[in-house]
Amino acid sequence: MSIISEAKDFLDQTGQISRFAGRFFSHGLKPKFEIKELLSQCYLIGYKSFPLVGLTGFIMGLVLTMQLRPSLVSYGVQSELPVMVGIAIVREIGPVITALIFAGKIGSSIGAELGSMKVTEQIDSMDVSGTNPFKYLVATRVIATSLMLPILTILGDAVSLFGAYIGVNIKSVTNIRFFFVQVFESLSYSDVLPAVIKTIFFGFAVGLIGCYKGFNSTKGTQGVGSSANSAVVLSSVLIFILDLLTVQLTNLLGLN
Amino acid sequence: MNIGAIKNKAEGEQQPISGPVIVIEHLYKRFGANIVLEDFSLSVEREENVVVLGKSGAGKSVLIKCIIGLLKPDKGKILVFGEDVTSMDEDELAKARTKIGFLFQANALYDSMTVRENLEFPLRRHWTSLGETEVGKMVKEALENVGLTHTSDMMPAELSGGMLKRIALARTLILKPEIILYDEPTTGLDPVTAREIDQLILTLQKKYKTSSIIISHDMNCVRNIADRVILLLEGRCYADGTYKTLESSSDPKINQFFQ
Ligand SMILES: Nc1ncnc2c1ncn2[C@@H]1O[C@H](COP(=O)(O)OP(=O)(O)O)[C@@H](O)[C@H]1O
Ligand SMILES: [Mg+2]
Repeated sequence: MSIISEAKDFLDQTGQISRFAGRFFSHGLKPKFEIKELLSQCYLIGYKSFPLVGLTGFIMGLVLTMQLRPSLVSYGVQSELPVMVGIAIVREIGPVITALIFAGKIGSSIGAELGSMKVTEQIDSMDVSGTNPFKYLVATRVIATSLMLPILTILGDAVSLFGAYIGVNIKSVTNIRFFFVQVFESLSYSDVLPAVIKTIFFGFAVGLIGCYKGFNSTKGTQGVGSSANSAVVLSSVLIFILDLLTVQLTNLLGLN
Repeated sequence: MNIGAIKNKAEGEQQPISGPVIVIEHLYKRFGANIVLEDFSLSVEREENVVVLGKSGAGKSVLIKCIIGLLKPDKGKILVFGEDVTSMDEDELAKARTKIGFLFQANALYDSMTVRENLEFPLRRHWTSLGETEVGKMVKEALENVGLTHTSDMMPAELSGGMLKRIALARTLILKPEIILYDEPTTGLDPVTAREIDQLILTLQKKYKTSSIIISHDMNCVRNIADRVILLLEGRCYADGTYKTLESSSDPKINQFFQ
């Protein structure tokens, strides 16, 4: 019985989120735009998450290099280390790690912020004050997360590659220019473009789920906390699902 | 351009002088199986203060949220200045809302903004043509009305409950609405502060000649403010009369509120 009701809840929620997304495309993207709020959200969202994205990216690049090295050495191809690491970071690890960090940092803060605005009637108050809260709060945040995550991913990839350079340099002294030339020569557009484009969808998912959870928050501190929490959980899962879908899609399109 | 001229331009037309400002006819509202309003009717005259009594969960907040268009009733009409709120589109509703003030029970001040920004928000949003000096002047007047000019650069989190209520009142009044809907304006305040808020509501009401619907449990407040009291029970307007007549009623369902 409980499995059936849980499945029903899951489908219910999927339907509601789809409707929320539909509302974003039908209402949220119509003029007039809340440009000022959009810019301030872009700034806040990008600025707030960059230090964390940079730090985790750097460590990932460094650790990944140090972990891969012994295997490559055993095959006698350690000179290919920069190529291996570069492709792993740019195609998969950079986008996914950045998106997960982003979901933890931004998804939860959007869920909590909108959740507390919802339960203290601040959202109703905006509505009464001649402001469409969906446009002012949701559309701006969803657009901002969709725009900022790709930028953060590119920056994160760069820091991560620098971490990888340090990792290579620990065991065998390498010229930094030589390292980056080797990485970039091995990368093609079909490595970079799909990886960046998928982060637009990751960002969209983080913003949309955060806003959805906040807008549907229930009364009380627990309600706000649980909307922040479930925003992170759900958007993280969605990131993996979207990642799976994009790899299938790029395979189908022959972009490998 | 003076503020009155801007206001008239924003409204686009003059209102009729006579007749009730709010007429609610046969209103129905339910949430799933929870029937909240069932055939509710009420009318409010110009410059009249109507107090709505009712148990917690009776649907008092739902009623005034329907009037301002935050909730859509399932059936029935709500005429505000003769126009039906329930059939308005977003733009018409925004226009109607410049004439209706709403004081939220939890104040609903934006906690990411300073007091000044909170007060500026409805002004800049509703009357986009307003210049900086006019905005400044109106914010100052609104804060003077509630005696809190010194708080303009503070954040809501730094203020006490009574001060928050005053700021919320100032924000509601800043558009000079002709109708104000108060959702439990004194609930959660200490008796002394509650009395002060009552006084402030009365003073500002006289000054700006507004009509209002006030939800309250506070009998002192009701006695001071009400021209007319109605009792919301089982989704209907169960009783309607002056404070005196309801107070002396022998019906236990009415009487219990006056003990
Ligand atoms: N947005 C909503 N969704 C579902 N039920 C609601 C909603 N708003 C109010 N209700 C229900 O309507 C009833 C009346 O609520 P309300 O008007 O807030 O009561 P009160 O008279 O105390 O202000 C309550 O049972 C409440 O649970
Ligand atoms: Mg209420």
